[in-house]
Amino acid sequence: MVIIRANPKRFFPLLCSILILILIILAIIPGYVLPYYTSLLISIFLYIVLTVSWGTFCGPTGYISLASAAFLGIGMYVTALLGEEFPLPLVVLFGGLASFLFALLVGSASLRIRGIFFAMFTFGLGEFLRHLVSWWEVSIIGRVGRWVISADYITIYYTMLIILVMTLLTSYTIRHSRFGLALRSIGEEEEAADHIGININAVKIITFAITSFWIGATGAIIATQWGYVRPDIAFDMFYSFMPTLMALFGGIGIMYGWILGAAVFTVIAELLLTEFPYYYMLIFGIVIVSVLLFFPSGLAGAIQKWRKGGLVE
Amino acid sequence: MPIIEGERITKHFGGLAAVANVDFHINQGEIVGLIGPNGAGKTTLFNLISGAFPPTAGKIRLKGEDITRMKPYQICRGGVARTFQSVKVFSNMTVLENVLLGSLFGRSIGIRIPDANKAEAMELLEFVELSAKKGSLAKDLTIANQKRLEVARALATKPELLLLDEVVAGLNPTEVAQVIELIKKIRNKGITVFMIEHVMKAIMDISDRIIVLHHGEKIAEGTPGEIATSQTVIEVYLGK
Repeated sequence: MVIIRANPKRFFPLLCSILILILIILAIIPGYVLPYYTSLLISIFLYIVLTVSWGTFCGPTGYISLASAAFLGIGMYVTALLGEEFPLPLVVLFGGLASFLFALLVGSASLRIRGIFFAMFTFGLGEFLRHLVSWWEVSIIGRVGRWVISADYITIYYTMLIILVMTLLTSYTIRHSRFGLALRSIGEEEEAADHIGININAVKIITFAITSFWIGATGAIIATQWGYVRPDIAFDMFYSFMPTLMALFGGIGIMYGWILGAAVFTVIAELLLTEFPYYYMLIFGIVIVSVLLFFPSGLAGAIQKWRKGGLVE
Repeated sequence: MPIIEGERITKHFGGLAAVANVDFHINQGEIVGLIGPNGAGKTTLFNLISGAFPPTAGKIRLKGEDITRMKPYQICRGGVARTFQSVKVFSNMTVLENVLLGSLFGRSIGIRIPDANKAEAMELLEFVELSAKKGSLAKDLTIANQKRLEVARALATKPELLLLDEVVAGLNPTEVAQVIELIKKIRNKGITVFMIEHVMKAIMDISDRIIVLHHGEKIAEGTPGEIATSQTVIEVYLGK
């Protein structure tokens, strides 16, 4: 069989126009659909940002981070604390910045540890913040939870769209720069990477912090949708496990796999939750297990296999 | 003038002295061999030079500058590159990407991947005769070729001193001869070579000077001729 391969250079303008078209559709869609679909899109955007941020660092390096909830929660609390004093765009920026600085701090302390220890450390981080903020609210303030300024869903939608585009651009740039190559080499052979002049700690910490920025920004804007934050909502571990699962579901090594994984996952979850409220978790579990069982490299892996014509042997 | 010199270098792992009070120097342009029985501390000495871990005591100077406590990436940018005893190529990256990484990070830092580095990486693949395999994944190469790839990746960082840890071990006689030729070519580029080797034929052929370690201590040093006839060395290798 002769396989005709598309020349990526000739393909590029076509790909660009498709992406711009999708962007235009996403930009005008809130005017044409029910608010329900707009808010569904908001949560799809949220999960894509989480998953792409997670994948950009964890995909190539193999460091499994369970700290997404911590960064998201930091963003939410930034809005809770500063929401009334600054205009919204600034609050979102501060949310990102706070996450960035926190990731920088935590990264310098923890990225020397590897494998399962790093996963456990980052898991503990979210829990630590949750308990710390709980303790602070109970003992110092005397009241758990806070009301947050709320924004209308159109503002939230467009802010999320901007954050999403920025996340994708950041991720694409990192993956196609020398840092992307360095991250992969760290995942392959950390010691060898160190010995060919790569400042492995700096590369890891900076990437970890940059990818956390957009998670924090997302937290800051999402808090205005919820109108209320409490430590157990803001630092919910659910948001740490979801990106990991979605990236696995979509295909851990491929960027469009993360996007696909997050989007499909969110839609399936939403459909199941509305159609089968009682069996939702059961069916969902079966779907996840089957995808990982039959397509170990996720949805993107299945697509690649299908394009090579090998899906049906 | 010595390009690198070590002064009373000692490394303890718990109670064991893996390297004890070793003095050495390598002159510019030399090929120096490092031999000794298994567990003599040869790879430990390489790890100390390349900064994988710091020595318990002693000083290492690169072109007169103290590099004893520096990190591997700093020492690499200072002009020391190495290969590993158990091959450590980036398995799931292409051969070209492996070499490209060395030339991108071995010296300067920027964001983009300049075409000049790609051309340079291709030249090095040509040099180690791997250019036909530039698109293959590193894990698909034979061990002999993975070792060549490690050499190319090390050379891509533009080293002045190259540390080769058993590049010949495990290769068949034809491959051994090819690698020896390659090492001579590297020296002709003006790069100093310090190499660990168990294959005596290889090391005797190309070394200008040989250092012998035993139980972490330097027991002999001299030309290949002197080492081959040294009573102490023969005793260490063959027993009394």
